[in-house]
Amino acid sequence: MGSTMTTLAPVLTKNWDQADSFTRTAYERNGGYQPLRKALGMEPSAIIDAVKDSGLRGRGGAGFPTGMKWGFLAQGTGKPTYLVVNADESEPGTCKDIPLMMADPHVLVEGVIISSYAIGAHQAFIYVRGEVLHVIRRLRQAVQEAYDAGYLGKDILGSGFDLDLVVHAGAGAYICGEETALLDSLEGFRGQPRLKPPFPAVAGLYGGPTVVNNVESIASVPAIVDRGADWFASMGTEKSKGFGIFSLSGHVTRPGQYEAPLGITLRELLEMAGGVREGHELKFWTPGGSSTPIFTAEHLDVPLDFESVGAAGSMLGTRALQIFDETTCVLRAVLRWTEFYAHESCGKCTPCREGTYWLKQMLKRLEAGQGSEEDLSTLNDIADNILGRSFCALGDGATSPIHSSIKYFREEYLEHFSHGGCPFDHAKSTKWGA
Amino acid sequence: MSHFPEGSPYDVETRQRLEQDAKDIIARYPQTRSALLPLLHLVQSQDGHITQQGVEFCADALGISQAQVVGVATFYTQYKRAPMGEYHVGVCINTLCAVLGGDEIWESLSEHVGVGHDQATEDGKISLERLECNAACDYAPVMMVNWEFYDNQTPESAKALVDDLRAGRPVPPTRGANGICSFKEASRVLAGFNDGRAHEGVQAGPESVVGVELAKEKGWEAP
Repeated sequence: MGSTMTTLAPVLTKNWDQADSFTRTAYERNGGYQPLRKALGMEPSAIIDAVKDSGLRGRGGAGFPTGMKWGFLAQGTGKPTYLVVNADESEPGTCKDIPLMMADPHVLVEGVIISSYAIGAHQAFIYVRGEVLHVIRRLRQAVQEAYDAGYLGKDILGSGFDLDLVVHAGAGAYICGEETALLDSLEGFRGQPRLKPPFPAVAGLYGGPTVVNNVESIASVPAIVDRGADWFASMGTEKSKGFGIFSLSGHVTRPGQYEAPLGITLRELLEMAGGVREGHELKFWTPGGSSTPIFTAEHLDVPLDFESVGAAGSMLGTRALQIFDETTCVLRAVLRWTEFYAHESCGKCTPCREGTYWLKQMLKRLEAGQGSEEDLSTLNDIADNILGRSFCALGDGATSPIHSSIKYFREEYLEHFSHGGCPFDHAKSTKWGA
Repeated sequence: MSHFPEGSPYDVETRQRLEQDAKDIIARYPQTRSALLPLLHLVQSQDGHITQQGVEFCADALGISQAQVVGVATFYTQYKRAPMGEYHVGVCINTLCAVLGGDEIWESLSEHVGVGHDQATEDGKISLERLECNAACDYAPVMMVNWEFYDNQTPESAKALVDDLRAGRPVPPTRGANGICSFKEASRVLAGFNDGRAHEGVQAGPESVVGVELAKEKGWEAP
């Protein structure tokens, strides 16, 4: 551990405790839409530079530098440029964008307007998953309020800049969180990923240059414009700048949303959250959702930034920290995640479509205690044939729980075989269990 | 053979209303086909599920083939192939919720209601669905009714919730509108039509603000 303890740094979550935080009145009372006025007085390229200089990296999991993504936009294509916000939050464990849009939709709307101005888009979309009715209501109301105030529409605040923003509800498909599948879905097709290149920056929505950014990334833009790139970069680590929302869930005393500089550790976050639930100890956890290889108690002090988590064998992902204590059967957890990937595989490419199917079949058999150590090699082998061979990251993600659980919990798999079934009492893992 | 039940033909008045709605939806998009997902939500708001009538309506509205509509409608889990209940009840059974008790909730609820995944009761009141992660993991185990959040559930609370819904007793979501709307009404919101309820309910649940409250208590701020 470092000598000084990292503390929380609420920026995006700062006003969530105010009862009317989702209204324009509250947002403006807290200084909202002032950054927009400032931005409209800046050259668009200066905003892109500020976002580049801030070091902001995509908050949707991949961590690609946001300003650089904007800089890749094809110029002079003769086609309109689009901004599309990926609000299809569906990665198991990830639960930050939904509360953000419910409590403070205006920060996203303001981020969309500033970002669109920066990249020269006159049409933007928020693609939000369809299974969150009230969030969709709140987003639409915020957009309407922004139109009413002249923040959207023609000649925004007299700047001459025009922008229309549409809130588009999905219809239930995890794969639409993949940016090109999202674009296909937004165009009215099945949500299946596209071959890259061309990347969306060159040929995205309707074949036009398109930026697809996560909710939290875009929501971070107003603060960067307002307080400057240096301010943002003063938080976090050398290559993972700024703050992020860390979502603690599972066997933890006070689960919830904790916004902190990147580089904070799980040990520090757990201390703030009252520790693992009383009378129990940490067994395994995901640093960034189910698609990131699991960690164990030996990783409590890994700084939660892109580089450190990567060096320790996983990925920062979406900072979705799912905590499981010693009552949890790791095989059961992995089977359930695998069933999820098999269910959500879009079927386009063979390694993912067939591989997740076979992983599921095998894990079901192994959980029932019918297996041998040789099966673990087969599992790893199937996963090896998905990883890096799939069309998109869904297939890669499906292999993370497999590889990492066998690496850290080989003995537990074998116990299932010698025991002839699951040696755990699942009732003990429940919220009301002992 | 059709992928969806036939459904009853729209009468003239209904068709005119749907056609006006479709026009409004299509007008939002630079290219008309982008309206397909909202249009499917729209016909579901009329029929309670996707019907052959609805498929034809979408195809006509967009000038695409019925096969193209079916190909999309069968891809997304929110489009239902059979009538769902007035209250569509989901139980998250993805890993974290399952481990924290989602499996126990599903088992007891399914037995209590007497139907399985994507099935509705005979009286058309309740349907059940095994849900994948609904982005509320800090509130696990999570349930959804007509896509509104019911947080921190137990087998007992789940059964009581469904009993209340059947009996017509008010059971507002934990984080959502003050009262639950019907599955059809929810589908209409998804299609893009406001029901004027955005201001209702809490801005955030307790778990969402646990960090900001701790920061205030400790005097922690961003620089």
